[in-house]
Amino acid sequence: MGIVTPGFQGRPRAEAPDLPPGQYLTPDFPVLSAGPTPRVPRDTWEFVISSETGTEYRWSWDEMMALPQETPTVDIHCVTRWSKLGTTWRGVSLDTLLDGVDTAADYALAHSYGGYSTNLPLEDLRDGQAWLVHTYDGDDLPAEHGGPARLLVPHLYFWKSAKWVRGIHLTVEDTPGFWETAGYHDYGDPWREQRYQGD
Amino acid sequence: MTALPYVDGNMLDGPLGEVFAVDLSTATARCAHCGTTGPVAGLRVYSHAPGLVGRCPTCVEVMVRLVRAPDRAWLDLRGTTFLQIPIP
Amino acid sequence: MSWRQARLVAHRAETPTARTLVLEVPGWPAHLPGQHVDIRLTAPDGYQAARSYSLAAPVDGERIEVSVQRVTDGEVSPFLVDGYREGDPVEVRGPIGGWFVWRPQQTEPVLLVAGGSGVVPLMAMIRARRAAGSRVPFRLIYSVRTPDDAFYTEELRRRVRDDAGLDVAHVYTRQAPDGWRGEPHRLGLADVNTHGWPPELEPLVYVCGPTGFVEAVSDLLVGLGHPARRVRTERFGPTG
Ligand SMILES: Cc1cc2nc3c(=O)[nH]c(=O)nc-3n(C[C@H](O)[C@H](O)[C@H](O)COP(=O)(O)OP(=O)(O)OC[C@H]3O[C@@H](n4cnc5c(N)ncnc54)[C@H](O)[C@@H]3O)c2cc1C
Ligand SMILES: [Zn+2]
Repeated sequence: MGIVTPGFQGRPRAEAPDLPPGQYLTPDFPVLSAGPTPRVPRDTWEFVISSETGTEYRWSWDEMMALPQETPTVDIHCVTRWSKLGTTWRGVSLDTLLDGVDTAADYALAHSYGGYSTNLPLEDLRDGQAWLVHTYDGDDLPAEHGGPARLLVPHLYFWKSAKWVRGIHLTVEDTPGFWETAGYHDYGDPWREQRYQGD
Repeated sequence: MTALPYVDGNMLDGPLGEVFAVDLSTATARCAHCGTTGPVAGLRVYSHAPGLVGRCPTCVEVMVRLVRAPDRAWLDLRGTTFLQIPIP
Repeated sequence: MSWRQARLVAHRAETPTARTLVLEVPGWPAHLPGQHVDIRLTAPDGYQAARSYSLAAPVDGERIEVSVQRVTDGEVSPFLVDGYREGDPVEVRGPIGGWFVWRPQQTEPVLLVAGGSGVVPLMAMIRARRAAGSRVPFRLIYSVRTPDDAFYTEELRRRVRDDAGLDVAHVYTRQAPDGWRGEPHRLGLADVNTHGWPPELEPLVYVCGPTGFVEAVSDLLVGLGHPARRVRTERFGPTG
């Protein structure tokens, strides 16, 4: 720990008993960005799941919106230590999207407009744990928060919830994504504080 | 004016100074994607992120990533073909 | 490069929303005008925040100066402007950056273009020029919202009078002082043509301020024919 500067508090933050270790609550919704924010028009947007054998399953914006929609309210935990409780989203469950996808893969690599990617086990996208969301707090998801659509996998650190997501490659081997190749954890469970490789 | 969320490669010297003894802000780097060669100080650095991401000012691809854990640092230079460092 | 403990030994208001901090940093090595430091603050619970600040003054032993603009809703700058008290410690890392610097040995004419708090490292260059007795022609174009937002107003006036070869032009974007010719406007081609150096003189140009400002001005300069490698930039981020 560094030298304490009297009077310095930093951003309002609170510790709460229901937070993962090392996290604090924030009233804001900080915007993190590792590159320029892609602007993806809905009429050219598409979402593609490609299996390990190369079969592709595609949805246009309208096709995705025509699928059954859910409204999850979840807690999110960013690896930069802020957490936000009770956030409400709207979108399609990954169970719905993966239904009918023929695969024996164990891993998924989500990839985004703008070049971002992140890896996670396929089973973490199933069983009501993950969504493709297009609405936050009742409004269209703003581009700086990943709109038109992002992944939402709230039981893992938030970098796994790829912004501007455009598709998912299903893979037999785990393929590290953008942050995972640069030191961040392949799984990223906030409750076990899996921030960095080896944690 | 839009709020552009990046700063210059100049600032990498602080965080990279923990890893290297040389001043990389006076170094020259070649982008592995488009081949542009220019000062590391001229990279576009995105710092509001889980790590620092330095992008080529010409093609905006990633040239440098630096992730800092309390007890370790990762430096990923796969987007950089070479670094030329002046040794006065 | 490691964190050093520093202490606030003096301060002065620059504008109603900005102040200069004089820090004493034991063991401080020399620095060059244009370089910056990272300042790190630690809260009682161990929470830390670090930000970059340009050095405002040339070398002065173990004393360094930074000038901080308060950013509304910012985490660090409101504390440094309003809350940080004399005698209290912070941590400092630096000097940082060997590219956006001016060395007194340089001989080419210099054009400095500042937006808001972006004037800080450029002021360090102006002060270093004087300290070194350099006669290199310097021009500063300084864009601010209103006269009240301008840093170093008195000192710049004095230096224009006393430092031969230094010119300063202000551009106001929201509200101009009485007697200023023209309407408030964003810094544009005409300003750079009137108050800058033509590319044929091969000046070295330093542009500093919020990222959007630096982007716009460096495009303008390159469009006028200044080679990109002679336009050095320091972007302060979206807020500047
Ligand atoms: C090399 C360098 C030198 C600088 N020198 C000076 C100086 O001399 N004087 C001075 O006053 N300032 C200077 N700055 C700016 C300074 O480092 C801080 O950014 C500024 O003081 C605001 O900090 P804050 O904690 O108050 O605001 P923050 O809490 O950091 O930010 C306020 C708002 O702006 C957003 N934001 C800020 N920075 C970024 C970013 N990089 N990417 C995305 N969003 C961002 C935040 O998300 C937030 O919404 C310099 C910056 C750099 C990079
Ligand atoms: Zn490139």
